Amino acid sequence: MFLINCPWCGERDEEEFAYGGEAHIVRPKDPDALNDEEWADYLFMRKNTKGNYLERWNHAHGCRRWFNMQRNTATHEFGAVYKIGEKPPK
Amino acid sequence: MKSKYSIFSLVRNAMGYHQGWEQAWRSPEPKPEYDVIIIGGGGHGLATAYYLAKEHGITNVAVIEKGWIGGGNTGRNTTIIRSNYLWDESARLYDMSLKLYEGLSQDLNFNIMLSQRGVLNLAHNLHDLREISRRVNAIRLNGIDSEMLSTADVQAMVPILDCSKNARYPILGASLQKRGGVARHDGVAWGYARAADARGIDIIQKCEVTGIMRDGDTVTGVETSRGTIKAKKVAIVTAGHTSHVAAMAGLRLPIESFPLQAMVSEPIKPILDCVVMSGAVHAYISQSDRGEMVMGAGIDHFISYTQKSTLAVVEQQMAAVTKLIPILSRLRLMRQWAGIVDTCPDASPIVSKTPVEGLYVNGGWGTGGFKGTPGSGWVFAHTIAQDRPHALNAPFALERFTTGALIDEHGAAAVAH
Repeated sequence: MFLINCPWCGERDEEEFAYGGEAHIVRPKDPDALNDEEWADYLFMRKNTKGNYLERWNHAHGCRRWFNMQRNTATHEFGAVYKIGEKPPK
Repeated sequence: MKSKYSIFSLVRNAMGYHQGWEQAWRSPEPKPEYDVIIIGGGGHGLATAYYLAKEHGITNVAVIEKGWIGGGNTGRNTTIIRSNYLWDESARLYDMSLKLYEGLSQDLNFNIMLSQRGVLNLAHNLHDLREISRRVNAIRLNGIDSEMLSTADVQAMVPILDCSKNARYPILGASLQKRGGVARHDGVAWGYARAADARGIDIIQKCEVTGIMRDGDTVTGVETSRGTIKAKKVAIVTAGHTSHVAAMAGLRLPIESFPLQAMVSEPIKPILDCVVMSGAVHAYISQSDRGEMVMGAGIDHFISYTQKSTLAVVEQQMAAVTKLIPILSRLRLMRQWAGIVDTCPDASPIVSKTPVEGLYVNGGWGTGGFKGTPGSGWVFAHTIAQDRPHALNAPFALERFTTGALIDEHGAAAVAH
């Protein structure tokens, strides 16, 4: 069972959270200019990294706010937690 | 030439105190070059190798496996086989696979213990009932067996299910595919390995692929923990690590990898002679020949490569199962585990050529790979041998994510993908 550190509420049980997938995927600035390959890349292609991964989580059964978190997908080690809009820590 | 497994070979070997059985497959040293290298010695990879040799006469083939054959998802699933899929493309592919399963023990001369005991999909509310009826009709239009059962039919077929009016998950009916059932998953891997080896294919275990070599846009071979091996064609069949291995060739795939958990109880006397699935509570239950209750759960909601069971899922799963079948409530769990399922956004697999010449990918089977094993190997062998997809797997090409022709099978399995 994970203890996830919500940046607003502190450590809470995994079951309070919803997963939002890969973080920092930028919405196209000019959607009309995109061709089909670029749309496919934006919509469907994911890094799916084995190792340190930056992802979005939502404290769905708590403060209901979104945040970013670094997590190792091969070991379940947790790294930095930071707010939406902030840059990932180096 | 391998000796045939039969009642006579059993008797003959019994006379010799079973000391005379030959190895089912060799463990050869890798050759410097092959016509085709298949990365991944699970069921799908071994089936691909077998059909390359059997259907296309290509035998200069190596199957390269990081661990041992069948040690990944092939040995981690709940062994359920069925072809009750909604869309035409899926129905054709999975039913072709089921038909191959029906003759597989004879074809491979290896008992895969196929048991067509019937698969039930339960409806717990009006919406489920309508959805399941629609599905049954679509499946029948595709010429695949499927029928609707009433609550009374379900109760008569599975007396241990709680079909009472005030049940936590009331049962309003179910669909039944009688040709569905279970098979021995290890047997499928071993049978394909033995039959492929008999046709001259090298199965190389404990050999990890660490890189895919390219000359411009053409694949030239693989780097492995046992040295460089050249190949004209390379096929990626590494469920659980499809995108990880494809990235070695610079490919980006629409795949995310999630743990799918399963568990078995202590063995008990026979109480369940079919497969019971419920999409609403994410559970599928059957009883193994050893008497264990085999129970599968839904996928974890976050990406992971850990193959670890988690308490949250086990708890949720047991809460649902003991409401469906109350007499299981005092059973102990013996083992629980997870397999990593590569999942596409439309919950359908990718069996496809790639933008790299001579590189092919077969993955993204999500939660439903085991039932697809023979069909997957058959169409993938065709794709590799002819360098173009078979009509059955053409809709499952990588290009569908660009064209938008997705095959949306979310909800096709007993669990939400």
